[in-house]
Amino acid sequence: MPYHYLEEIGTADIAFEATGRDLPELFTASADATMNVMIDNLDAIESRETRQIELSNDNLEMLLFDFLQELIYFKDARRLLLRANKMQIDQKADQFVLKATLAGEQLDDTRHQQRADVKAVTLHGFSVQKHEDGWKAKVLLDI
Amino acid sequence: MAVSEQLKKISDSVWELPASYKQGMRVPARIIATEKLVREMDEAVYEQISNVATLPGIARYALCMPDGHSGYGFPIGGVAAMDVHEGGVISPGGIGFDINCGMRLVITNLTLDDVQPHLHQIVDRLYERVPAGVGSHGFLKLSRQDFRNLVEQGARWCIEHDYGWEDDLEVTEENGCISDADASKISERAIDRGYNQVGTLGSGNHYLEVQVARPEDVRDKQLAEKFGITIPNQVVVMFHCGSRGFGHQVATDYLQTFLKVMESKYGIKIFDRELACAPFESPEGRDYFAAMKCGLNMSFANRQVILHRIREVFSEIFGRSAEDLGMQMIYDVSHNTAKLEKHTVDGKEKTLLVHRKGATRAFGPGHDEVAARYRDIGQPVIIGGSMETGSYLLVGTASGGETFFSTAHGSGRTMSRTKARKQWHGKQLQRDLEARGIYVRSTSWAGLAEEAGAAYKNIDEVIAATELAGISKPVARFTPIGNVKG
Repeated sequence: MPYHYLEEIGTADIAFEATGRDLPELFTASADATMNVMIDNLDAIESRETRQIELSNDNLEMLLFDFLQELIYFKDARRLLLRANKMQIDQKADQFVLKATLAGEQLDDTRHQQRADVKAVTLHGFSVQKHEDGWKAKVLLDI
Repeated sequence: MAVSEQLKKISDSVWELPASYKQGMRVPARIIATEKLVREMDEAVYEQISNVATLPGIARYALCMPDGHSGYGFPIGGVAAMDVHEGGVISPGGIGFDINCGMRLVITNLTLDDVQPHLHQIVDRLYERVPAGVGSHGFLKLSRQDFRNLVEQGARWCIEHDYGWEDDLEVTEENGCISDADASKISERAIDRGYNQVGTLGSGNHYLEVQVARPEDVRDKQLAEKFGITIPNQVVVMFHCGSRGFGHQVATDYLQTFLKVMESKYGIKIFDRELACAPFESPEGRDYFAAMKCGLNMSFANRQVILHRIREVFSEIFGRSAEDLGMQMIYDVSHNTAKLEKHTVDGKEKTLLVHRKGATRAFGPGHDEVAARYRDIGQPVIIGGSMETGSYLLVGTASGGETFFSTAHGSGRTMSRTKARKQWHGKQLQRDLEARGIYVRSTSWAGLAEEAGAAYKNIDEVIAATELAGISKPVARFTPIGNVKG
């Protein structure tokens, strides 16, 4: 898995570090890390519904913040569990533009093993950094 | 120098990080704790509480309660009072995403012997009627306009729609409806996330518990009698939840608003983006205050509807009305808020915006804002422990002025969820608890493991610290026998 959870950050909350060779991989891994806090068996989420989203921000960290918020929004508003299917991130002038297809289905208690609800993405220690081998993000989720 | 070496002991229950500890601190930071508790606190608490001490307008001290542990922005257990006439700020990170997360306690006239034979049935039915877990929706089918009315009217809306008793309002903080909540200040996304969730428990450390007041755990018999706790092994019901996705979205929306204007418009620099803020007396600050109040009201309403469901369940199982079962509410108190209050600082009365994030207001006897029926004994304080240990009812004290009449809110975690999950297994924990007489239902085995009692501080020590500091006084300790875990 291109993400792991951090034991020593946020006693009552859950922190993760995600990696990717490029930005779409990093964002996809971060989305799964967020969804995996809520649902233990991600593979049980079937692609029955899709949502197209388009986001832009002049700050790459805030673009990831906005993107993860989308997952939390659909989880509460529609009880939809979504994973990133297609993802494209371009830099146009001073804006980063994300276009993604999210796919998933409504939460089904009989098939989806729940863990803990994510209330919000926090900005505490939030980072997106480029490294020699790609990208790394650190995120603390409010539980 | 290690942080702990810079901590100055002020008394057996008060520890101080001086304003010289970090550049930009406007006031010292004080931690209310016994020596054992303060030494066990993670270092992030010191960093976070000293960051809070840098916020504009902060009065006297940045405070952390005995159950404090690391959070985001503020530590959990953080209290900061801002002088609104001296540029004091309002910060969503000082309240928490779960606006008005809080506790409600209701008594019954049943004893452990009455309840024991029906315990599984009670807990199973509560589990069905009070939805818990990830993104759960409630039984109330509200239009978006209904929901706007609900967030402006709070628990009063519920009473008017027959979800509770008029008396419940008198024993809810702010009578269940904080004034000047303005639904025009909330986003459509916040409504989308909340209007299906009234009457739901949530997840994480949220719970609904059937508990017993054992005779040996009634710490102050006279006070307990005032609350109707008069029978040996009397059964009570306590629950912990907040404003669900609605409150979380309100806080998220304004966090982003404040980040945009904080430095560019108001010249405020902060150490952690989760401390994003704006002057209280600014358009953005006022808008958030009015929106945050909608979150407060949503949470009062949420707990009111849950109380209604609890009364229904007991009534069905015992074949008697909730009135006949003596299901009087004792109190409903918030532990994630910011409220305008009058406090005396350096001999002068000031209007302060008191942020409490994982801290409970605890006004002493005689205070105007204490419900009339409790005014001579002080405001009730409900502190929830882990599902394995116990919880407390306390009252506020006249000597609580140093903490702006604030006290602890829970037992406080000592171990991260990620670590706890590796140490315990939910199914085994459920079996172990059942063997000890505690029947637990949960939507999540992993979530259950994360809430293991050993991941928390010792609740008795936290309560003792609040008593030693003179900020609250225990009335009774309750032992869990049944638990619905989110």
